[in-house]
Amino acid sequence: MALTLMKGSEAIAEAAIRAGARFFFGYPITPQTEIPEYMSARMPEVGGCFLQAESEVAAINMVYGAASTGARVITSSSSPGVSLKQEGISYCAGAQLPCVILNVMRGGPGLGSIQASQGDYNQAVKGGGNGDYHLITYAPSSIQEAINIFSFAFDKAEKYRVPVLFLADGIMAQMMEPVEMPEMVDFKVDPEKKPWAATGWKPGDDPAKRAVINSLYINTEELTVHNNELQATYREIEKNEVLYEAYLCEDADFVITAFGTVARIAKSAINELREQGIKVGLFRPITVWPFPYKELAEASRNAKALLDVEANEGQMLQDVKLAINGAKPVEYFGHCGSLMPTTDEIVAKILEMKEGK
Amino acid sequence: MSVVFEKTSYLTDKPFHYCPGCNHGIIHRLVAEALEESGMGGNIVGVAPVGCSVFAYDYFNVDMLEAAHGRAPAVATGVKRAKPDSLVFTYQGDGDLASIGTAEIVHAAHRGEKIVTIFVNNAIYGMTGGQMAPTTLVGQRTTTSPNGRDEAWCGAPIKMSEMLSEVPGAYYIERCAVNNNANILKTKKAIKKAFQYQMEGKGFCMIEVLSTCPTNWGLSPVEAMKWLEENMIPYYPLGVYKDKGATK
Ligand SMILES: Cc1ncc(C[n+]2csc(CCOP(=O)(O)OP(=O)(O)O)c2C)c(N)n1
Ligand code: SF4
Ligand SMILES: [Mg+2]
Repeated sequence: MALTLMKGSEAIAEAAIRAGARFFFGYPITPQTEIPEYMSARMPEVGGCFLQAESEVAAINMVYGAASTGARVITSSSSPGVSLKQEGISYCAGAQLPCVILNVMRGGPGLGSIQASQGDYNQAVKGGGNGDYHLITYAPSSIQEAINIFSFAFDKAEKYRVPVLFLADGIMAQMMEPVEMPEMVDFKVDPEKKPWAATGWKPGDDPAKRAVINSLYINTEELTVHNNELQATYREIEKNEVLYEAYLCEDADFVITAFGTVARIAKSAINELREQGIKVGLFRPITVWPFPYKELAEASRNAKALLDVEANEGQMLQDVKLAINGAKPVEYFGHCGSLMPTTDEIVAKILEMKEGK
Repeated sequence: MSVVFEKTSYLTDKPFHYCPGCNHGIIHRLVAEALEESGMGGNIVGVAPVGCSVFAYDYFNVDMLEAAHGRAPAVATGVKRAKPDSLVFTYQGDGDLASIGTAEIVHAAHRGEKIVTIFVNNAIYGMTGGQMAPTTLVGQRTTTSPNGRDEAWCGAPIKMSEMLSEVPGAYYIERCAVNNNANILKTKKAIKKAFQYQMEGKGFCMIEVLSTCPTNWGLSPVEAMKWLEENMIPYYPLGVYKDKGATK
């Protein structure tokens, strides 16, 4: 199939539609506004629905409603808007509603900036809303990878009845890359496969099939049972759904950990360092939840030290340290806000580590 | 023996948890009967609020969703957009609709969302034990207005039916009460009309129902009904505030 040059935000929106998404609810915010703009034109062409909500709070609750009917539903926003969605995300997790949420991260805290950042890692993987829950969280580092993940993201959300979160950033949404789009999936709601969904029940039908989409379990024992079920699902996901990339880690003296766009910058640094004869590799989690703890420990077993590079204060660093569990030094390099670490800075940091400074 | 009264099959057999004399129970029955008489059969989705009626999903014998506090109109919007052929309603209290959920209700009306909202106004936060609501009357004592609501400090009670009737997208808005037989019948007629409008593809409909909370008002059921008649109805006049479908 031919490659076409596409802007990240539009490619991601199209990939969602090709994967069967027919309902989009969102609110404008830079740097992801091209996603709702694209959806507003494209959804009607495929018989879908684009609706601009009055707020991100409303948008995620519209997702809750539409997902309750078994449809494939998506919303997108950027950091401040995703903060507003946290209430609804927790409700979707509690009510076990499959859906997809996109966070095109920008600088924070507060209104921050409109440039790219990775400052929402903790919010995404440590739970931004209330209660014990997780989202299957993908952090693609190229537009093509985001498209590829979309081709199974809804299947995963539906299989586990767990919302899926895409953690992207402003750079990925704004850049253009040649991509290959998959074919359109022919998705229809199958009430047999989604007995929990609101699909047209009436009094007299099997009472067990009446949809009750709910996250309230007022009785302590019942809430415990519900949480135990959620936890069992999360353990299944941890077992089955970890994705990562290990690049030149085998012989590496230094392993850099990074995710998303920053991992691409790190890769350039690694290639430069390799030219200088310094053995450096990259370990890149593609799922940041579930985090590839075992896989990272394994991939860096021959390394002397690790360097975690992020466009935040070192939020993933905590997970990297958990994976390494004190076995070797783990250093951090990065910037907060919207300042991206550069290739030169990463090269310099590795040279410094090599010289034992 | 002839049957003189039968419970509608649009209510489950689960006993209501409402306090004695609480109007939520009457209003549930009217909504359920109106659902049955609408002729929809199935394909009905109700959205429960956070408030004393949070367990409405256990009582209405249709597909039910439980929404976050105040968000029911947005949830109902998602359902209706995904399944335009279904009959969708929200059931919300005054804290839910007139305080935390004002944006969601105003914009559901503004978009002319084809849903029906049953708005149960009891001038108090029932579920959390009787705090002041935006609808609490001036001078009314609650646990967070122990000396009575002070208008200078926190404003005069908000009138949602009046306000929403000014929103261009709203199609039909009526305020009712269930304080006597005549008004109970009127309330049911209004709810039925709202469902009918939705089935005809008309716009946003809201039926506000003034309701008692004997427990948190500190009154007996009979005294509470009297208090509603003497204090709430004069401030919240009953009647049709907007009906775009009325034959002129
Ligand atoms: C986000 C959030 N804030 C606060 C609450 C606590 N809360 C539960 S019910 C309620 C008030 C409900 O009052 P109303 O809507 O008037 O319903 P009523 O109980 O009077 O029928 C509040 C504040 C909550 N559940 N969620
Ligand atoms: S607290 Fe008030 S509103 Fe709630 S059930 Fe009791 S009487 Fe009804
Ligand atoms: Mg109330």
